[in-house]
Amino acid sequence: MKAILAIIFKDIAVELRSKESISAMLMFGILVLVIFIFAVDPSVDRLLVAPGILWAAFSFAAILGLNRSLSMELDNDCLQGLLLAPIGRGELYAGKVSSNFAFMMIAEIIVLPVFVILNNLSFNVQFLKVVGIACLGTLGIASIGTILSTISANTRMKEVMLPVLQIPLTVPVVIAAVEATRVVLTNDPEEISSWLYILGGFTIVYLTVSYLVFEFAVEE
Amino acid sequence: MKVKILATLSLVTMIPALYMIFLYAPTEATQGNAQRIFYIHVPLAIIGAYGSAGLLFIGCLAFLITRDLSWDRFASTSAEMGVVFTTAQLLTAIMWAKPIWGVWYAFDSRGILQLVLLLIFIAYFMLRAYLPDREKRAKLCAVFGLLGMIDVPFNYLSIYLFRTQHPQPVVSPGGGGVDADMATTLLVSFIAVTCLYAYAFVKRLTVAKLEEQVDYLTQVTLAYE
Repeated sequence: MKAILAIIFKDIAVELRSKESISAMLMFGILVLVIFIFAVDPSVDRLLVAPGILWAAFSFAAILGLNRSLSMELDNDCLQGLLLAPIGRGELYAGKVSSNFAFMMIAEIIVLPVFVILNNLSFNVQFLKVVGIACLGTLGIASIGTILSTISANTRMKEVMLPVLQIPLTVPVVIAAVEATRVVLTNDPEEISSWLYILGGFTIVYLTVSYLVFEFAVEE
Repeated sequence: MKVKILATLSLVTMIPALYMIFLYAPTEATQGNAQRIFYIHVPLAIIGAYGSAGLLFIGCLAFLITRDLSWDRFASTSAEMGVVFTTAQLLTAIMWAKPIWGVWYAFDSRGILQLVLLLIFIAYFMLRAYLPDREKRAKLCAVFGLLGMIDVPFNYLSIYLFRTQHPQPVVSPGGGGVDADMATTLLVSFIAVTCLYAYAFVKRLTVAKLEEQVDYLTQVTLAYE
């Protein structure tokens, strides 16, 4: 537990000094939202397309942040140092997932009000529920994204490989999160629980499997 | 020897299968001749796509446990078969959907799942191509293959829920009992596709082994010079 906290604090310290990851994710997320505002005809019912737009922005922004998170470790052979530290590989994974999750959440919390304003929604209980869904969905994306960014960091075309690997694998998270958001925003009487089960189940399975196989992904 | 037997078997079964598909099986009442794609489409989906996914999972898991490079060959071969057979299956789906449903591709639960599965297989290949080192490639690809194949049930679950709440008109051929002749044709076609798959798989595995030997010999010669 101490090791995990140490990794999280290290990442926060680096982020506070460079401010690269969060600002990039934030700017990119807002840009995607703005592009979709132009792309979708204003006469279309906003509530039908808004959840999809939100999650497109989140998942693209997440890829940007994940790329940064691992390439930062590779720059001065920092990863080597982390691997030499007397901690388990699983703890390393848990630490990286937590810090990635935290940075993504910070960016998303700032993007969400922009999303509400651009789509003419309101700040009420629904908004808090969307934040909750964003938390769960982001944890799912971070759990698989952290290990995939480790894999792609080893390839020749680092930045290009991550989206290729990540987008097909996060289909269940994105679908479940979009549908859950839609249910909340449209006050659909339909049960939201099945979507939350998929999100939760996916996250738990990925956290466990990645925790176990992370060792193979970083091994020299 | 094994390759030759499998090649002969697939030839021997493919001819009666084709005969039965085009001449023996009765023409379906509502869909007409287009329905004959069914006999090749279903075996391609089950043997080709799902079979490859299962074999890729086994290959990746076995490699991570044993660290034996022959399992990596096995996994890469099954992914290759997956790309080929899933593409073939999607092509038959397109040919069948256009005259019957009036659209090229139906984005119902199975349709999206097959597409995502194909994308995962292709991503596995791109990953292999961008990793020069042999050992590292085997390891990282095994991790990715394992994660990708664990993902498949989740994909199916999410897509299934996603689409059943917005039902689309889906004609299900063979749903609820088919004609006995149709069932026989499907069975023969299944056997033929299985033989073809096994032949292609074993052949590719042999070629992959030869490729590795050539690589090894090239390196040895270069080192000697």
